[in-house]
Amino acid sequence: MSKYLLDKFLYTVDRDPALVERYREDPAGTVAWWEAEMANLILNSHSDEKSTWLAFEDDERRALVEQDHVTLFGMGAHPFLTLTLFIAMFERDHGPLEYQIAYGRALEHLTLPYPDIST
Amino acid sequence: MATVAAVIASTHHPFYLKASTATGADRPPFADEWQAKIEAFRETLTRAEPDVLVMVGSDHFHQLWLDNMPQFLVGKAPYFDANWYNEEREFGLPRMTLAGQEDLSSHILRNGLDMDFDLAFSNELRIDHSITCPIITLRPQADLPIVPIYTNIFAPPLPQPKRFVQLGKAIRELVESWPSDQRVAIIGTGHLSLELGGPRQFGEHGPDPDFDRKAVEWIANGDVEGCLGEVSLDSLHLPGNATHGFMDFMLMMGVAGDGVKADYTDSLDLFHTMEAYFTWYPEGSGLDRRSEPEGAL
Repeated sequence: MSKYLLDKFLYTVDRDPALVERYREDPAGTVAWWEAEMANLILNSHSDEKSTWLAFEDDERRALVEQDHVTLFGMGAHPFLTLTLFIAMFERDHGPLEYQIAYGRALEHLTLPYPDIST
Repeated sequence: MATVAAVIASTHHPFYLKASTATGADRPPFADEWQAKIEAFRETLTRAEPDVLVMVGSDHFHQLWLDNMPQFLVGKAPYFDANWYNEEREFGLPRMTLAGQEDLSSHILRNGLDMDFDLAFSNELRIDHSITCPIITLRPQADLPIVPIYTNIFAPPLPQPKRFVQLGKAIRELVESWPSDQRVAIIGTGHLSLELGGPRQFGEHGPDPDFDRKAVEWIANGDVEGCLGEVSLDSLHLPGNATHGFMDFMLMMGVAGDGVKADYTDSLDLFHTMEAYFTWYPEGSGLDRRSEPEGAL
């Protein structure tokens, strides 16, 4: 599991308006580009400094491509990050609070304890 | 030495600005009651006539991130830019710039370290809605310098609840030992029961009204011992997956003092969360310092 990398994806996309739109329109292309170019970028560091080892596992990559918040929740991605990014992408297609309420309902089969979100 | 003019604890619902300024069909049915409660709460700060605000909140993965996460951080800068693009996007919060009080920040950092709190510091901290919401609700003219203090209630592993209480007690001592004649209000925001990104989110009420009722009693009565006896890092998952923000309320109970009842308590059962507002006046009731209420936003 690469929970940190899942969170890093959600975090960096949510911070960038252009990336939010790109991920909404082209999830597979955005995830592939991000993993190749951004995954190993050390944030807030010298621009050419990169890590060497960060990569998604297949099921993580698939969950991001499918924008599958239920699976991401089950993997222990930080729920605040997933929620705020997905609201940014999809709330516009729904009535007031409709998306947020449906989002919670899709998780109704889950009970405590929720997946560990420690990275 | 500085005077603690007021100790204030509240929730920090980011929808307040949008709800309270909405008109016509856009205005939600709960907006009038919410606005009235906030304006009454605002008066509890106004009448304390503060010169400086020490503000406790929690970054929401805006400036602080998992590559380098402090547990407790003090901002020390002449100015703090505030609010982020995704807060404009979701809540309509405006960009703001707040003046800092660097001398008090330095005093808290030096002496807090000497009291065995390993405080991180930042010379360029951009603050978010955990601190700007109480500015919007309690001091909309945003005219007082601030010392922001951020806590990690968000990225496990988290400090234990008792550590938040201890830090609150220390902040009170640090403010009172600041060699200044300024009047300082200490303001902190947190949550009662809250779920974000999980199955219990956005219900008609907070996810655990029983917890909320107990929590309001603990805070209103200054029942630090009772609260610490029931709350742990594990138990705080039960009332909702974002309920660890309650530890910032516990920090404020530490500031107010063990067994010290709040002079002002109010709450509002709002959709998906219970709003709660508390004020303590260490000098007395504060009624003798009443000043004209400030206008609404």
